[in-house]
Amino acid sequence: MRASLPAMSRITPEQVHYIAALARLSLDEGDVARMAADMDRILEYVDSLAELDTSGITPTAHAIELRTPVRDDIAAPGMDPYLAVSNAPERVNSAFSVPKVLDGEER
Amino acid sequence: MDDRATSLVAQRDALASGTCSSTELIDGAVDRHDQTNASLNAVLGLRAEAARAEAKESDVRRAAGELRSPIDGIPILLKDNMVQRDEPTTCSSRILEGYVSPYDSCVVEKLQAAGAIIMGRTNMDEFAMGSSTENSVHGAAHNPWDLERACGGSSGGSAASVAADITQAALGSDTGGSIRQPASFCGVTGIKPTYGRVSRWGLVAYASSLDQIGCFTHTAQDAAIVLQTIAGHDERDSTSIPDAVPDYSAALTGDIRGLKVGLPKECFETEGTDPEVQERVRAGIAELEAAGAEAVEVNLPHTKYGVAAYYLIATAEASSNLARFDGARYGHRASGVKDLKEMYERSRSEGFGAEVKRRIMLGTYVLSAGYFDAYYKKAQQVRTLLRQDFESAFAKCDVIATPTSPEVAFKLGEKTEDPISMYLSDVFTVSANLAGIPGVSVPCGTSANMPVGLQLLGRVLDEETLLRTADVFQQRTDHHTDRPGGIA
Repeated sequence: MRASLPAMSRITPEQVHYIAALARLSLDEGDVARMAADMDRILEYVDSLAELDTSGITPTAHAIELRTPVRDDIAAPGMDPYLAVSNAPERVNSAFSVPKVLDGEER
Repeated sequence: MDDRATSLVAQRDALASGTCSSTELIDGAVDRHDQTNASLNAVLGLRAEAARAEAKESDVRRAAGELRSPIDGIPILLKDNMVQRDEPTTCSSRILEGYVSPYDSCVVEKLQAAGAIIMGRTNMDEFAMGSSTENSVHGAAHNPWDLERACGGSSGGSAASVAADITQAALGSDTGGSIRQPASFCGVTGIKPTYGRVSRWGLVAYASSLDQIGCFTHTAQDAAIVLQTIAGHDERDSTSIPDAVPDYSAALTGDIRGLKVGLPKECFETEGTDPEVQERVRAGIAELEAAGAEAVEVNLPHTKYGVAAYYLIATAEASSNLARFDGARYGHRASGVKDLKEMYERSRSEGFGAEVKRRIMLGTYVLSAGYFDAYYKKAQQVRTLLRQDFESAFAKCDVIATPTSPEVAFKLGEKTEDPISMYLSDVFTVSANLAGIPGVSVPCGTSANMPVGLQLLGRVLDEETLLRTADVFQQRTDHHTDRPGGIA
């Protein structure tokens, strides 16, 4: 675990490309430069959190603590599968239809 | 304008006494929409015909003595991120163009079960990401008080619609202030309930641990009625609170003698808060004191870190939630793609606007290997500190009073090039979302002819005290009856 935030985050164009690939976004070169500058500014702003000593503080994921609710496992009808895919840009019967998968993984 | 257009209670009473029909209320809403919406761009899809048909049914029920609730037949608007079966939902995004929901959100089910009539959808910042309703594929919404100014966001269309009396109630969602800040900017009452009080089933997710549905009305009395209708446990939302819903209207006793109102000095000494805004808010607090409340000083020492923690947590959650918009299941798909990865990347890049991309990128970055502890975990630890601030403060007081926003509505375009200054518009509101507590903004006067909002924050599940306090304030003042001048 890092003790403190990276002192001066500099987001490089390479990092923007890497993050964009993780987020499944394609950005053109103009977008990349603007995004790097915006992210830099925002990260510089959030670096103010480094002033706070949070060692030993339990992180809060949800403000209101609830037990994970359980219910009886009773079979019930779900949404009609044809209705469920009715918004798909392309579909085959009650399935989503997408372009081929494997070739795209070679990049 | 006639009395029927001044509050939901007035509409309810007019229906009950037979001085008007639901059909007439719907006609009035359609007329008002037609007079104002070309200037405001607040309403996206008006269900005029469907609403008229539903109003006829409501009038038949009333004649037969089979009312579903006191608000049977009253028109209400929904923010465009709550789904209604067979109706479009766009979240003001190109990526949801053409989407028609196959199911109803929980709030739609509850409104319909009460006989309320859904008039249509309201403009918003794309995926609720923004503080001005300028980040919309449908174009910016305008503030009824000054068309050159923003109506706030992200639920700006709902706030503007109620301010302009198109309907007397509209639902919104609040992730970092998206109900309270536009309520403040448009001079209406806006309540964000406790996290989990209203089901998120059928609300398009932005930041799931912060999102909460609430409403806009002119008065606290009206807010009590709408909240009563939409609150309650729903097993389809695993974060829904199982506790029984109290009678909110019965909580409006008109008596706040002995109530302790906490004033966090951090919220009054913040650099960049308009002195006139502070003055109006202090005058509002003095009014509560005159009603028998006692002002006490409290501390919320981590307030200034709220916005930073919020943007880390909200963007991290958004980057995950918005992964579902992939061009495969609904909405926009790029044409001429050669494989699946290109389909994802081009569909998302063509479908999302600039601010949404910025937040997905930031969220993906802070969750990525090597940065998780430094940013996301750190923000969650600061979230704990903010919760502890409120716990300490509420040991000394019953409600906390602050300005809702550091300034009145800004000009359209004024902050669009500067994300940080836009984000800081939420400095007094984000902490409530991070702590899960309820908050309400009530109009407390004007500065340079623009409305100012007084924010009241309460303990978890203590909407009753918030509404009672807001109601007492409105019994003693008439800011909530102020209306914008002529809208074209």
